[in-house]
Amino acid sequence: MINFMLNGLDVAVEKGTTLLDAASFYGIEIPTLCHDEGLSPYGACRLCLVEIGEPGRSRLVTSCTYPAEEGLLVRTHSQRVVNTRKVIIELYLATCPSSKVIQDLASRYHVTQVRFQQKHDNCILCGLCIRYCKEQMQGKAIGFVNRGVDRRITTPFDRKSEECRFCGGCMYICPACQARCQGPAEKSAVCNACLNLSPPCLDHFGETMCYLDPCVACEQGRQK
Amino acid sequence: MSGLAGNLRIDRKNFDTRNGESLVALLQQVQEKHNYLPEHVLRELACSRGLSLMEMYSVATFYKSFNLQPRGKHNIVACMGTACHVQGGEKVLEELSRMLGIKPGETSRDGEYSLDHVNCLGACALAPLVVVDGDYHGNMTAARVAALIKEKLREHKGQTAEALNQEIGQKAQSGCCCARLLAGEINSV
Repeated sequence: MINFMLNGLDVAVEKGTTLLDAASFYGIEIPTLCHDEGLSPYGACRLCLVEIGEPGRSRLVTSCTYPAEEGLLVRTHSQRVVNTRKVIIELYLATCPSSKVIQDLASRYHVTQVRFQQKHDNCILCGLCIRYCKEQMQGKAIGFVNRGVDRRITTPFDRKSEECRFCGGCMYICPACQARCQGPAEKSAVCNACLNLSPPCLDHFGETMCYLDPCVACEQGRQK
Repeated sequence: MSGLAGNLRIDRKNFDTRNGESLVALLQQVQEKHNYLPEHVLRELACSRGLSLMEMYSVATFYKSFNLQPRGKHNIVACMGTACHVQGGEKVLEELSRMLGIKPGETSRDGEYSLDHVNCLGACALAPLVVVDGDYHGNMTAARVAALIKEKLREHKGQTAEALNQEIGQKAQSGCCCARLLAGEINSV
């Protein structure tokens, strides 16, 4: 077992456990866009950044790719981490505002503005679809081509791939494919509608200690 | 294993290409042989060696030195790295482009010359840099690159002035830019 400090707590995990898995095991939520339990870690989305090391000499690492080390100091929600994470979410909003997953993240982490040049891409290059195709479907039908700003995901020679079995897994796992609630053509880059929702049940059932997240069940029940 | 991809030096015994380990070396050999990476060869490699076509395509598009379109017999590469840019690499590239009558990334109509630019060749002390068929030429200016290309054109033709004149006469009618250039050169001599 590996012993280390997670947000001031002494914790122990098995050797080889990543910081992300360790945090989720101990109930600490770290947002991710490019991580999936069934796929290999990739470290592309940078949302799962955590701060490791002594304060003052700390650095940010992607928790999904960093294995737990003996005696490591890890802070998952320090000021530095939270601020960095918010900027990253802002960048995602500037890239791909049509995605519900990204809009939800923005509301959740209180990102209410976009200070970057607005784009309307439909891909955040997280590579989930590529890994899904390769690792779960043994397909290798899609992959990255070109590099730098020209990087994109496509099939070989931009033609219909013979290896594709039309399983639809790439679309199922894509965080950018799910359109935001108001539809993809909404004018504002930030939705933040979820920020204005207060749990409707609190007035009546204040002591039920509901921790459903997101709060949808009662809301849907009321509407019916 | 048949034809085109069959007689490459790398075989499966020596190189484990399945993990993409020597994929670059393999693609380099294909490019050396065909001057570019033809789609049918990549597809054949995918079939015969169990490589992933997608991985080959990814690598081929990632590296600037791989081409998926046929290239000219002679490759001219201008460096556009920071040092070369500061030293006026763009002017050199413009001059090359003007002389050969092609834009960067294109091949001349007669299939003789290809012009390209890369981001850095790692020889910044020689900036601005032009590479002609693998030979590095440093400290280029628009004037010097013009002289260099003219020399190369003559060298590649490997003909006497008379034969050259004749050829230019024919080619000038068909509108070949190299010929027009040479015609200018010969007339001025």
